[in-house]
Amino acid sequence: MSGPSFDEPEVTIELTVNGATVTRRVSTRRHLSDFLRDDLGLTGTHIGCEHGVCGACTVRYDGEIARSCLILAAQTDGSTVETVEGLSDSGEIEALQQAFLARNALQCGFCTPGMLVTAADLLRSVPKPSRDEVRDAISANYCRCTGYHAIVDAIMAASEKLAVKS
Amino acid sequence: MTTAPAPAVGQSLARPRAKRLVTGRGRYTGDIAAKRALQVAFFRSPHPHARIKSIDVSAARALKGVVLVATGADVAKHCKGFAGIHRLFKGMKAAEQWPLAFDRACWQGEPVVAVAAETRAIAEDALDLIEVDWEPLEGLGTPEKAIAGGTVLHESLGDNIGYDGTTASGDVEAALAGAAVVIEDTFRFGRHTGVCLEPRSILAAYDPSDDSLVVHESHQCPAQQQAIFADLMGLPEHRVRVVCPDVGGAFGIKQQLYGDELATCIVSKMTGRPAIFIADRVESFASDIHAREHVVKGQMAFAPDGRILGLTVDDLFAVGAYSNYPRSSIGEASHVAALTGGPYRIPAYRARVRMIYQNKPPVGHYRAVGHPIACAVAEQLLDRGARALGLDPIAVRRINQVPDGTASHKSHSGFMLNGLTVEACLGKLLAGFDMAAFRREQQDARKRGLLLGLGIANFVEFTGTGAPYYGESGAPVTAQESCLARLEPSGHVRCLTGTTDQGQGTDTAVGQAIADAIGVSFDDVEVISGDSAGPVGGGAWASRGASSGIEAAVRAGRALRDEILRLAGLILQRKPEQMMLAGGLLCDAASGAELITLREVATIAHYRQHLLPPGTQPELSMTRSFVPQSQSFITTNGVQLSVVSVDPGLGDVRLLRHRVAHDSGTVINPMLLDEQIRGGVVQGLGAALFEEIHYSEDAVLGTGSLMDYLLPLATEIPDIEVAHLATPDPGTSIGAKGAGEAGTAGAAAAVLNAVNDALAPMGAHISTLPITPERVLAAIAAASSSHDTKPGLQG
Amino acid sequence: MKPALFTYHRPGTLPDALALMAEHRGGARVLAGGQSLMPLMAMRMTRPEQLVDINRIDELKGIRDTGDTLTIGALTRYSEILRAPLIADSLPLLSEAIRHVAHHAIRNRGTIGGSLALADPSAETPATCLALCARIVARSSAGEREISVDAFFEGLMSTALAEDEILVAVRIPKRPAKVPHAFLEFARRKGDYAQAGIILAPSHGGVAENRAVVFGIGSTARRSAALEGAMTNGLSAEAKAALQQEVTAIIDDDEGAAYKLPIVMTLAERAMGRLKP
Repeated sequence: MSGPSFDEPEVTIELTVNGATVTRRVSTRRHLSDFLRDDLGLTGTHIGCEHGVCGACTVRYDGEIARSCLILAAQTDGSTVETVEGLSDSGEIEALQQAFLARNALQCGFCTPGMLVTAADLLRSVPKPSRDEVRDAISANYCRCTGYHAIVDAIMAASEKLAVKS
Repeated sequence: MTTAPAPAVGQSLARPRAKRLVTGRGRYTGDIAAKRALQVAFFRSPHPHARIKSIDVSAARALKGVVLVATGADVAKHCKGFAGIHRLFKGMKAAEQWPLAFDRACWQGEPVVAVAAETRAIAEDALDLIEVDWEPLEGLGTPEKAIAGGTVLHESLGDNIGYDGTTASGDVEAALAGAAVVIEDTFRFGRHTGVCLEPRSILAAYDPSDDSLVVHESHQCPAQQQAIFADLMGLPEHRVRVVCPDVGGAFGIKQQLYGDELATCIVSKMTGRPAIFIADRVESFASDIHAREHVVKGQMAFAPDGRILGLTVDDLFAVGAYSNYPRSSIGEASHVAALTGGPYRIPAYRARVRMIYQNKPPVGHYRAVGHPIACAVAEQLLDRGARALGLDPIAVRRINQVPDGTASHKSHSGFMLNGLTVEACLGKLLAGFDMAAFRREQQDARKRGLLLGLGIANFVEFTGTGAPYYGESGAPVTAQESCLARLEPSGHVRCLTGTTDQGQGTDTAVGQAIADAIGVSFDDVEVISGDSAGPVGGGAWASRGASSGIEAAVRAGRALRDEILRLAGLILQRKPEQMMLAGGLLCDAASGAELITLREVATIAHYRQHLLPPGTQPELSMTRSFVPQSQSFITTNGVQLSVVSVDPGLGDVRLLRHRVAHDSGTVINPMLLDEQIRGGVVQGLGAALFEEIHYSEDAVLGTGSLMDYLLPLATEIPDIEVAHLATPDPGTSIGAKGAGEAGTAGAAAAVLNAVNDALAPMGAHISTLPITPERVLAAIAAASSSHDTKPGLQG
Repeated sequence: MKPALFTYHRPGTLPDALALMAEHRGGARVLAGGQSLMPLMAMRMTRPEQLVDINRIDELKGIRDTGDTLTIGALTRYSEILRAPLIADSLPLLSEAIRHVAHHAIRNRGTIGGSLALADPSAETPATCLALCARIVARSSAGEREISVDAFFEGLMSTALAEDEILVAVRIPKRPAKVPHAFLEFARRKGDYAQAGIILAPSHGGVAENRAVVFGIGSTARRSAALEGAMTNGLSAEAKAALQQEVTAIIDDDEGAAYKLPIVMTLAERAMGRLKP
């Protein structure tokens, strides 16, 4: 749904999204979050504030978590982006997903994709975090429904499960 | 022979809907693609109060990519005005509203012009080109200013008081005069809001060929919205359909009508194209329904032994520029009058509530409507009374509370409170909590310059609203719930419910109840909700899903089970009452011997009716409804405990522990119930410490984004310990009472009491929420400068 | 909340970037980490006509040992600084400060140069560079200059950078781990901008003077003569009175900040306590 051009400055970008190469012409002012959602149909990346605070749009950008609302699509030429859809399809966050379901670590679910991307990032660098480390890691991902307790439980449970596996 | 599977009710089952949400496959309104959809943005008033002298939209209209620019007057041609009157409240006044302001803006952020364009960015470009000639008027930023006799916001109302009502019982003056101690204080509750992580969103698609309107809306009440859009836009109601797909948080913020959302429907009608409006976060703060804002003067009179002799409450509820439509905004204040001191026997009571209009967005029905105010006022007055009398605050609660086992207690506010369990909840709360150890720790900490505090807050809550409350209001709001249960040819069950689910897990609970009612496993039931074309129901509000929604489901399930048994009886030549259905198998009721599978019965009923006796008509869809016809609310209760530390040098409050004991009635899904409580608590903790929308005296908005509106973060919140009582409500088959409000109802009061417990040795106290460092430091400074004048307040 | 239209440039080299800055003089904004600029653009509080994205300019990245100083490229991201052994060894105060900056996902993108150029009075990085006696390296197509940090922050979100200059690096005298320091801030929540903060950096071989910085109040982080004196002579009643006077003068311009006086005093006392061996 790139839409017709309305004399907006545009650039062509080619990047890797969830393992696949995509090439698009985008308005220079388009946020990566809008590009993922509207141009690529990857609506798992949610837009909660568009000023980098809430964390709902968190993606993995060149291997590190970042706010997709604070990156322009134009900047991403040659980059690698992974979204919740990609991490789901690859199986990378399966233990976290199962733990979130089993523990009811989500209610409305709007924060959940960003929360999962953040939690996966934590478990890559700290496989056995303490509760405080989990709370610290997710402190920039707002959840309005759960009060966080169940999310912390679920991430702890996933880390234990992954530790048993490895 | 088979053994019946364990009932689904009572189990901590995971939510089926959550599976798609953890894989990024949620279906929120903004995720739904619509061909040729226009993006709508709104020019909003930059002034709290200003007359519109002229509007020039010519440059905006000329911008490439802009399809429609509609002023308030343009939009008003396509609808009626509306006013948020609740007729149960005699004398209530409310001004008429329109989707967009057209002669005057009454709050900063009020929508004035709608722009529809090919992209949201272009729509915002067009907003920059709109020129409005404003004549600024005086802005009313506080309720005190609004009743001072100056500017009248809506001249047709005569003054700024939308409602002025008094509830009274007993002889309050005598109680105050004869008391050993009277604690009096003025409490201030700041404005905050729900901050649903998914902003308000609507996709409206009007089809001129049949005058139909299909709306996808992030909302709690699709049937209400259908009725409103049809009525206000003059559309045939059977051609208006409102679908609420996945909803990213609601909490009462998505329960009423917004002018900009109605305007989006009208934009679709004016253009013949689908129209999408998704509020951005900045406009959300300026235009979402706000919460609270009360100034409450309270007095509590005590006998020397701690008995409460009387209570007075005088609430200035600063509602904003309008009363919300259709439910009105009065619930917030009326609940303060109804619930303050609710857990206690209070022989004399007077509550005056005034709903005050001023230049801010409307306050609506945010989670636990009015409850946190009622709870904080009474519980803080009670604590201060105990302190003044040198009594233990828990003991003072115990001598005053309504005794458990009182089937029906008529409260001092005139409400019937049924089956309260105040003592049992308090017992449960304190079980395993070493109070003596805490008090020792508190003493030790003081020596190190750190103040610890503990606060307790009892509350009574209203849930499961019945027919009288909105029945009397005149609004298109139903307390009735319906459920359709359909047997599929495979023997699976599909269930459509009128109650809705924004993540609470209502769908799951409905599935559990109906699985048991029919006799199938939970996994064989699919629950669908959120469509006004489905069974009629009220949607989600006032913790009604677990009571009314589930009762309708149980009735539909039982009806379908009876029909299945009838058909199986015809097939097997047996009496239905000699069989049972469990786990998808029909068995002999006495021996448990397996007779036939549900799948076989369903196949015959769907495809092989010729095998049934002549004249047999299978009924494979059963719809049943339930309305609590005569009682306004289900009543229940709970209690919360908070432990905090206060750093007196910084004014910094940290939450260390939080406990809740609550009577939710029968527990349907323990895990989901716990998380309802926890989530509610943390919203209350936000109100206690962090969340505040600032306005100046002139009503200029000072809070614009999540940079300056602070929500609770994972790092600021402790684990929340939750315990339950499960006293069944006698009004329904299962007896669930609801739990959505409980956490929010008492959390802030518990924190307030804890902070004041911590500050007591300094002679300081706080009466304003949220409790910011600035307020803590001011309280400490005030105490040190007026140390000798208030001996009764020192701990 | 979408930005107004702009032309996007992504120069591959510093000279190309400087040429763009020279060409557009004031009409161009540098896009570094974007963690502050992007929200401002989305809210249309700033509307640059030209956006010069420096993220692909490699010479602006990285931390170099330059003898008595470390030179940190403007585009070095917070996360890299936190991971860098050079910083841990030679500028532990900077690591400690940056651990207070926002949150992990923001630190992955946010840059030291971006923060210095933005000059937020409540931000940790400008205040810490002030305490560390840093020198700001600025370049334009006309050449390079170094600006003392004491002359760099001119007012609220305003610096000594010229319109056509790009902040390319910051040079900070090494400060061995064994030299004491104190960094103390009070924020409402984890990662928030500070309500107020105090940094104490006593003199050492590389920097001949005590440096004390108060931030989170007023239009910019600033040094406190009272605290710098107290670092030698102790926090006497006179020193406290002098600090109180300094702070009062700063917050007098901002009526909403009056409540911060006791916070600063408390932080100052506690920070002094931390310097004690």
